[in-house]
Amino acid sequence: MSEALEILGTASLWAAVLRIATPLILGALGALICERAGVLNLGIEGIMTLGAMVGWLTVFLGADLWTGIAAAAFFGALFGLLHAMLTVPLGLSQHVAGLGITLFASSLSYYVYRLVVDVGASPPTIEPFRPLAIAGLSDIPFLGPVLFAQTAPTYLALAAVAITAYVLARTPLGLAVRMAGENPHAVEAQGLDPNAIRTGAVMVGSALMAVGGAFLTTAAFNSFFPHMVQGRGWICIALVVFAAWRPGKALLGALLFAFFDAYQLRLQHVVQGLPYQVFLMAPYLLSILALVLVSRRGRAPEALMTPYRRGER
Amino acid sequence: MRLERRADVPLALAATAPLGAILAALALSGVLIAAAGANPLEAYAAMLHGAFGSRLAITETLARATPLILTGLAAAVAFRARLWNIGGEGQLYMGALAAVWLGHSALVGLPPALGILVMMLAGMAAGAALLIGPVILRVRFGVDEVVTTLLLNFVVILFVGMMIEGPLRDPLAFGWPQSVPVDDGLLLPKLVERTRLHIGLLVAAGAALVVWVIAARTVFGMRTRAAGLSPRAAAFAGVSLPRTLVGVGLLSGALAGLAGAIEVAGLKGYVTTDLSPGYGYAGIVVAMLAALNPIGVVASALFVAVAFVGADAMSRAVGTPSFIADVIVSVSLLTMLVALLFTSYRIRR
Repeated sequence: MSEALEILGTASLWAAVLRIATPLILGALGALICERAGVLNLGIEGIMTLGAMVGWLTVFLGADLWTGIAAAAFFGALFGLLHAMLTVPLGLSQHVAGLGITLFASSLSYYVYRLVVDVGASPPTIEPFRPLAIAGLSDIPFLGPVLFAQTAPTYLALAAVAITAYVLARTPLGLAVRMAGENPHAVEAQGLDPNAIRTGAVMVGSALMAVGGAFLTTAAFNSFFPHMVQGRGWICIALVVFAAWRPGKALLGALLFAFFDAYQLRLQHVVQGLPYQVFLMAPYLLSILALVLVSRRGRAPEALMTPYRRGER
Repeated sequence: MRLERRADVPLALAATAPLGAILAALALSGVLIAAAGANPLEAYAAMLHGAFGSRLAITETLARATPLILTGLAAAVAFRARLWNIGGEGQLYMGALAAVWLGHSALVGLPPALGILVMMLAGMAAGAALLIGPVILRVRFGVDEVVTTLLLNFVVILFVGMMIEGPLRDPLAFGWPQSVPVDDGLLLPKLVERTRLHIGLLVAAGAALVVWVIAARTVFGMRTRAAGLSPRAAAFAGVSLPRTLVGVGLLSGALAGLAGAIEVAGLKGYVTTDLSPGYGYAGIVVAMLAALNPIGVVASALFVAVAFVGADAMSRAVGTPSFIADVIVSVSLLTMLVALLFTSYRIRR
């Protein structure tokens, strides 16, 4: 028991929390932006897989790591455009279109990966992002290694939360995005095109999701393999509800889940007699539990999942 | 440009749209096949040959279609009521696990027909049970069932792993993680000797017929459709949405569970964590390709089975990665969505 508590005091646990949270932060932020504009993007699991593959492959083919991240963002935005084309002007079921995008993006990722890479006994690797120790700050006991010795994409994710929160809450652009999700007719009345705003938001959101995926292959691991996203996308969808559609709370939620994930990994070595699968189930079950606990508090954007057609009510 | 709902759908359009969608999907996937340095026409020929070219190929395609019909039906009945059950994969595994659990010893000694029947019912019950939680969360708390059913898939796979390494572990499997086997007397009879085709195909086809009758000819089917078309109007007409969704959920989960029980008793006889190569997820595509029509599900399950079985032959013949099957199937889903849209809407400038 005391050993289980001791783990809580180790810097390596908390550093791992931030690392594990990074793809969840980016994915949840991306899903949140889409949903604030009124579009549920269930393509997330596939788009994260695509980002993981594109990011890795770009680096494997000789580009540098940041080009890999940028390429992942670009292809994420492209698949966001596809999702938006199906759901925004055409008004197809956002559930079904999103699932279609997920299946398409992940199978295409596996196909392209196998096409380019000869896979032998173990998948080939790249040289991933190294922890970036911030001079001076990383020497602070405990806080240093936790906060100031992460890889660059983790800092990027934290910055993205602040930027998204600011843009959504304080800028005319953010207001337009929120209006597109709450009341597209009001957007129209302002002389803006709600469908254009929705399309743009889905593209930006999907780019963030793909970068979240790319983090897995360029920073957390150094190779790509099928099914590596492992439901993180779906957990992000749950996190958005948990966060009541607020970026700051999405960050908090991602950290909370990453904490359980990091802690269960370490607890496995301490607690004997339980099958290891019980620990692995915890993050998924907690996602469901969190959804139940907060589902009545948060209010989804009014026009979420309602396609907008001019002149139709 | 705007979309306008058609007053009535021309039959010719309704019939050709799915065909057009599949042709478009094959053309788009052809680009990827060409990217692999192969001739797409040659590749598709190899695919068709691999799926239909011999007696063994045909039986294999039908065997592969069997679970797809059932998971497709599971998705179709749920989607008709706009219950987004994406948990078919987990429900399938629960059904398989229940079948093995009972079929290993509890049912031994019963007349085989009775034993098999009980085993199938157990699979259905297990699959249905797995959906009760998500449906209750949906109707009581408004929790989106997409996320809950999906996350449960991951939980169930881990649970299966736990069972086959623990209480249901086969001690005679030389350390391979696999479950105890179903008793030999309870294995499903073969339809064609010395192939993998078993009577599960007939069960699946029968299930399609039953689901069609339920959907088209019963009050429950009518309520389901009403709930799917407009929950608000349905409630106004006196249809209880919670009760309808619970009924739909139980039926949907039971069908996916049956897929698992049939797969395990028809083919391997034991459960592993790779029993299903994603039949639960493919079932979603099967249902959508069929425009949620239960009879159409049989046809689209066959199409998906052809893609899966044929892609292996294609890979051997022209060297494309076998993931091409999933690409063809998922692109078909997207093109079909667009095709269906244009059968019910027309474009006005």
